[in-house]
Amino acid sequence: MTALFSLAWASLLNRKGSVILTIVAVALSVALFLGVEKARSGAREGFENTISGTDLIVGAPTGTVNLLLYSVFRMGSATAEVSWPTYRQIAERPDVAWAVPIALGDSHRGYRVMGTSTDYFEHYKYGGGQPLELAEGAIFDDLFDAVIGADVARELGYEIGTPLVLTHGIGAADLGSGHENRPFRVSGILKSTGTPVDRTVHVSLEAITAIHVGWETGAKNPLADSIPTEMIRSFDLTPKTVTAIFVGLERKGTILTTRRQINTNRGEPLMAIIPGEALRELWGVTSIAERALLAVSGFVIAVGLVSILTSILTSLNERRREMSILRATGARPGHIFSLLVLESGLIGFMGALIGIVIVHGMFAAIAPMLQARYGVAFGAGGPGLLDLYVLGAVTLASLVIGAVPAVAAMRRSLADGLSVRL
Amino acid sequence: MADPVIDIEGLRFAWKSGPQVLDIDAFRVEAGERVFLRGPSGSGKSTLLGLIAGVLQPQAGRISVLGQDMNKLPAPRRDRLRADRMGVIFQMFNLVPYLSVTGNVLLPLRFSPARRKAAGNDPQAEARRLLARLGLQDESLLERRVSDLSVGQQQRVAAARALIGSPSLVIADEPTSALDADARDRFINLLSEEVERSGASLLFVSHDASLAGLFTRAADLTVMNRAGAPA
Repeated sequence: MTALFSLAWASLLNRKGSVILTIVAVALSVALFLGVEKARSGAREGFENTISGTDLIVGAPTGTVNLLLYSVFRMGSATAEVSWPTYRQIAERPDVAWAVPIALGDSHRGYRVMGTSTDYFEHYKYGGGQPLELAEGAIFDDLFDAVIGADVARELGYEIGTPLVLTHGIGAADLGSGHENRPFRVSGILKSTGTPVDRTVHVSLEAITAIHVGWETGAKNPLADSIPTEMIRSFDLTPKTVTAIFVGLERKGTILTTRRQINTNRGEPLMAIIPGEALRELWGVTSIAERALLAVSGFVIAVGLVSILTSILTSLNERRREMSILRATGARPGHIFSLLVLESGLIGFMGALIGIVIVHGMFAAIAPMLQARYGVAFGAGGPGLLDLYVLGAVTLASLVIGAVPAVAAMRRSLADGLSVRL
Repeated sequence: MADPVIDIEGLRFAWKSGPQVLDIDAFRVEAGERVFLRGPSGSGKSTLLGLIAGVLQPQAGRISVLGQDMNKLPAPRRDRLRADRMGVIFQMFNLVPYLSVTGNVLLPLRFSPARRKAAGNDPQAEARRLLARLGLQDESLLERRVSDLSVGQQQRVAAARALIGSPSLVIADEPTSALDADARDRFINLLSEEVERSGASLLFVSHDASLAGLFTRAADLTVMNRAGAPA
């Protein structure tokens, strides 16, 4: 077998040009397939790692997926808010262990600003129960303190004490609609988490109220800036509304009951979602497209395999002489068969291997970009079992497909005898 | 006296649904003989060599090669016999294009453990020795692509390949037809010398009757073959 292996290898080297093209075709098809699959599972893993330990998310009635996206992933925005008394009601429910309110809607140089309480840093968990940790500084203490995510600090070059100004709305720094007269300062920087937290500026709920003094109509009152900041500090800064509430329950067992009671709340209409369930709903929406993509890329692999078949079949005519030389020097028909099957298998194996390398290289290169855009760390991209399966399956399939030209060559070499009659 | 190397009786062969190509009453090659078989193209000589090498099967008659009845032997055994004990040289394009010169010479050893054993502990050295005996001493030739060699050089590489691992029978099908007269005689002399040295028998087929004198015996296929030349 090793004798045949080196023959097959030498024969492939001799036809480098067309063999390399075939290998590239297989490699690209494998890369496409694995790319689709890795993007899918990576995105899921990234999203699923973003929130844990939160049993329910409560907001104003909207779509399940929408509430999840804006409250956790900072994508899209809320259409309605939840009033403060309602938040208090939920927080005081006997089955609720903790309830953390968040207020969204402002931004800082493209990064979303989230108003919340200090409880957030205690109860928000990601990646299977990891808590948020400070890299330096402290959780906000003063009204105008801000705790920034790792990406915000790194990309803007902020340190403890750096002053920053928030922008009303979530557009990138559109000047004039800002809160220039109420500057904050960085009090703490969080450790990197690979979640949207890294791209968030956290301030206290009271600070959100404070900077919106004079904005009660929804737009800035021309006189708003004339209220001195020192005077604002003495106001009652309890927020009127919050965007959403993260809820932890006393006992997991009551989750469905609690959700139903919140959803059918007699006062203000509310919606409670279970993060995992909402994610599954999101995947339900995307899975149709994913399956279509996977099917298409599966067919592309089939095309790659057919290109192996084509390249070997077309080479057979010019290799007729070679086959009869091999026969004359003692090769049995089985040797001819194995030689061609091996060539096909080698092309498939190398193609799949290169395809796997391409995919991993590509993901390593674009993962930071994906995280910057979506705030979600794609699942750890090391070579996995899936790569091994694909490598094995493609190699096996190309060995099987190699039987077609192999049988043709074997038959022909038997009919030709020692002399090729061209 | 040892058994004949080739012993043919009442051999008949036709390609599928074609006319009779071969009808030979009797033909023998004794051990150690170097036989010249004259046959113009179309006389069925390649077919006869195919039968002797065991890649074709006759419809009737007996063909015994190296003591084995080829007409009764199953295909795998015929393949094994050829691999282990025969060397074949073709008219031209003898070499596998993607192997080096030594790679081509060593090719039979890949398929036959018996030949590998017979070639000794260092097959590379044996290949170099044979090539040198056949006039290819130049070391730089050895790793060259075979397509870079002249036709005469290629045929000598083919001869070395046929001889490696000491086969009992060397079959040559018009190996000199592409060579000029000088190269032709030199090739036949070198081949004869090496065949003699290894104790093998040689069956050399050519249309060129003038070569007959270089061999121990000559026969004429057109006389032997009662089927005559096919159209």
